[in-house]
Amino acid sequence: MELFRYSKPIGLMKKSKIAMAVSLILVLSSFFLIFTKGLNFGIDFAGGTIIQVKYETKAPIDEMRKKLEGNPIFKGASINEFGSPDEVVIRLKNSSESVIKDIGDVTRDQLAGTGDFEIRRVDIVGAKVGSELREKGIMALTLAIVGILIYVAVRFEWRFAVASVLALAHDLTIAIGAISLAGLDVNLDVIAALLTVLGYSINDTIIVFDRIREEISDSSAKTVNDIIDESVTRTMSRTVLTSLTVLIVLVTLFVFGGEIIHTFAYTLLVGVTVGTYSSIFVASPLLEVLGFNLKTYRAKLSEKAARAAEKERLRAQFEQGVV
Amino acid sequence: MKLNYRVIILIAATIFGLIFSIPSFTQSSEGKKITLGLDLQGGLHMLLGVKTEEAVNSQIKAYASGIKHFSEHNEILIEGLSVQEGEVTFELLDSDDATAMDEHLKTLEGTVVKATEGKYSLTMTPEAVEKLKLQAVDQAIETIRNRLDQFGLAEPTVAKQGVDKILVELPGIKTPEEEQRARELISRAAKLELMAVDEDRAMRVGDMSDAEALSYGDLILQDALQPQIKHLVNEIPILDGTMLTDAQVGYDQNNRPVINFSLNAHGAQIFGDFTGKSVGKRLAIVLDGKVYSAPVINERIGGGSGQISGNYTMAEANDLAIALRSGALLAPIYMMEKRSVGPSLGADSIKASMVALVSGFGLVVLFMMVYYRRAGVIANIALLVNILLIVAVMALFGATLTLPGMAGIVLTVGMAVDSNVIINERIREMLAEGSSIKRAIEVGYQNAMRAITDSNVTTLIAAVALYVYGTGAIKGFAITISIGILASMLTAILGTHGIYLMLQDRIEKSKDTAKWFGVKRGK
Repeated sequence: MELFRYSKPIGLMKKSKIAMAVSLILVLSSFFLIFTKGLNFGIDFAGGTIIQVKYETKAPIDEMRKKLEGNPIFKGASINEFGSPDEVVIRLKNSSESVIKDIGDVTRDQLAGTGDFEIRRVDIVGAKVGSELREKGIMALTLAIVGILIYVAVRFEWRFAVASVLALAHDLTIAIGAISLAGLDVNLDVIAALLTVLGYSINDTIIVFDRIREEISDSSAKTVNDIIDESVTRTMSRTVLTSLTVLIVLVTLFVFGGEIIHTFAYTLLVGVTVGTYSSIFVASPLLEVLGFNLKTYRAKLSEKAARAAEKERLRAQFEQGVV
Repeated sequence: MKLNYRVIILIAATIFGLIFSIPSFTQSSEGKKITLGLDLQGGLHMLLGVKTEEAVNSQIKAYASGIKHFSEHNEILIEGLSVQEGEVTFELLDSDDATAMDEHLKTLEGTVVKATEGKYSLTMTPEAVEKLKLQAVDQAIETIRNRLDQFGLAEPTVAKQGVDKILVELPGIKTPEEEQRARELISRAAKLELMAVDEDRAMRVGDMSDAEALSYGDLILQDALQPQIKHLVNEIPILDGTMLTDAQVGYDQNNRPVINFSLNAHGAQIFGDFTGKSVGKRLAIVLDGKVYSAPVINERIGGGSGQISGNYTMAEANDLAIALRSGALLAPIYMMEKRSVGPSLGADSIKASMVALVSGFGLVVLFMMVYYRRAGVIANIALLVNILLIVAVMALFGATLTLPGMAGIVLTVGMAVDSNVIINERIREMLAEGSSIKRAIEVGYQNAMRAITDSNVTTLIAAVALYVYGTGAIKGFAITISIGILASMLTAILGTHGIYLMLQDRIEKSKDTAKWFGVKRGK
């Protein structure tokens, strides 16, 4: 079976303006969402309390609300269905520092008489821990981006590094925008998902860049655009196939993975889709925008090759004892 | 067909993977296996903070008790001994005693003493305060560990996190009642103090304010058994639990559980001195700020042992004795983060992620086989060995499998075939140009290598960032992803290459590239 048979390069660069416009619209609307609708920081980052309750039958949410209102601790609590009608999550903005008195026990007492239920999860995150986790999350993302930037700059050239990091920022922004759009809680798992998107998307981009590097030295194409077109077309089959296999498992994770990894799977689904798109339509055209020059790069390559040959010659001389 | 070193490595990896992953799959009791994280098996995770400033306060108070005992023992007259804002102050009435008092104060390490015209002030040096704060955290960790060990839970983890935080993980907790008991045991200060009742003013305690009591150097404490009763005791204790050597559950004359404690030699001496001087007065036994009993002293009590009685159930008395034996917490602890997962939720999560893993794996395997035919089968072999290796390596390192870790394995299934997709596409390209099988395989691997290395290294960079700055369960995700990538280098690149080298003559002879790679050879 073959999805893509290579015959001639796709005229991608001629249409790259359309792709740029689409990306710009997506990124700007993501920013708009993030700044207007905002993000719901979950308890990992904002601090707070989550109590997950499972009933034997459908959870009596209205009755639960009435019962919980009787205790001032639950003032301002949000009570929502979680995954199935039997399960409910109670969210509180504040967190108790007491080790002895537990909010889970209080909830159990307060809900007595609403049916057969079990408290399955109690998560309490203090404000201080929340801000620490937030700092660490931002640090992890920054560190990963800087590390990738340096690695790509060393292995390729700075324009490749900047183009790939801009493509990454594009993917992350849109993924975060999608979280804002869906109104999902941002917790630690979202940071993990974003870092995975980061790793995945840079993967995709690098495969294309690697091909560009190869075409530069192997082919005699005259323009950057021709080389990019050729490389993107040659790697198209791989890009789409790998995305397909990853999307297959992400969809199963999203459908079967359970409520707790729902947000994680959702973020990855959006991120991987956008990441695939960006490695084809955003990263490579950015090279041209950044003023990548074929001549100077080829000159640099041949200089590098000459240096390596010179080194080799000297070594050979040295080994033969002729210095 | 000839074996080559690549195939041998793949076979060795498979055997290694099988041997070390089987205990984890069967969850047998023998051999190293992956431990399930608290989010999968259920349990209690807590991050506790330590109120270190409280340790400093009680150290200052202990200095005050020491000065009090010293002056009484040596018949030195002092007045107005009090503790305020980290400072002990008192006045020496007879200047002839100044030398003796100065000598005594000099023995107190880490303190600064100022004396002008008999008015003394004692504070702790900033270094001593810092040292004490660190000590308080270490001591709390030690104490909590001791208590949990004696409590008899399976595999408790107590570890320092950062400078002043304590991580406690209790996988054995299954019911809310167990959790409650564990939390009480951990957080109990178990601070035992013996205090003198202020007999002169005790009658008026009913309508005395805290501030008024403080002006006499007294404290108003609640009775532990009858909360409406209040006791007026001297603020500076006679001695505290640091001088305790043992605490055991015993029975009183009514056969109710009590706790018998004994003091060390120094404590016994102070206790003896005090009781000898205070016959007819009352002694309050105070635990965690509550008065458990206040018996009248009938005679001097030597030997240094005492009893706490307080309507305990057997379990309560037992927990209290454990807490007293493992020592008081120098500083109180508070909850910074708590995550408790019921066992049924953990089981549900395992079930859900297993379904995702199996169906994801099945679909990817099917896809690869349909798309690449036999080359897909070879990639699938590598994928299977890859999963075995992830499980085996995690088991060997005793790593913990968390829910995000499970997601990491599922994701690896999708990503690990990437290397084979890249390689197969390169081979197909060569075949399309009409090259021989041998050459297609050789050049295919050669060309694919650089791209695969670069892309894997960047993913590893992201995984390392996640590991370094991630916490708890997220670390598990970083670990599985990293092991998955490294293992794929071995299986998907080296291993499959070996298989092709072994089979290439046969493929060449069959000339059926469609059967092997899913495409026809070009002209």
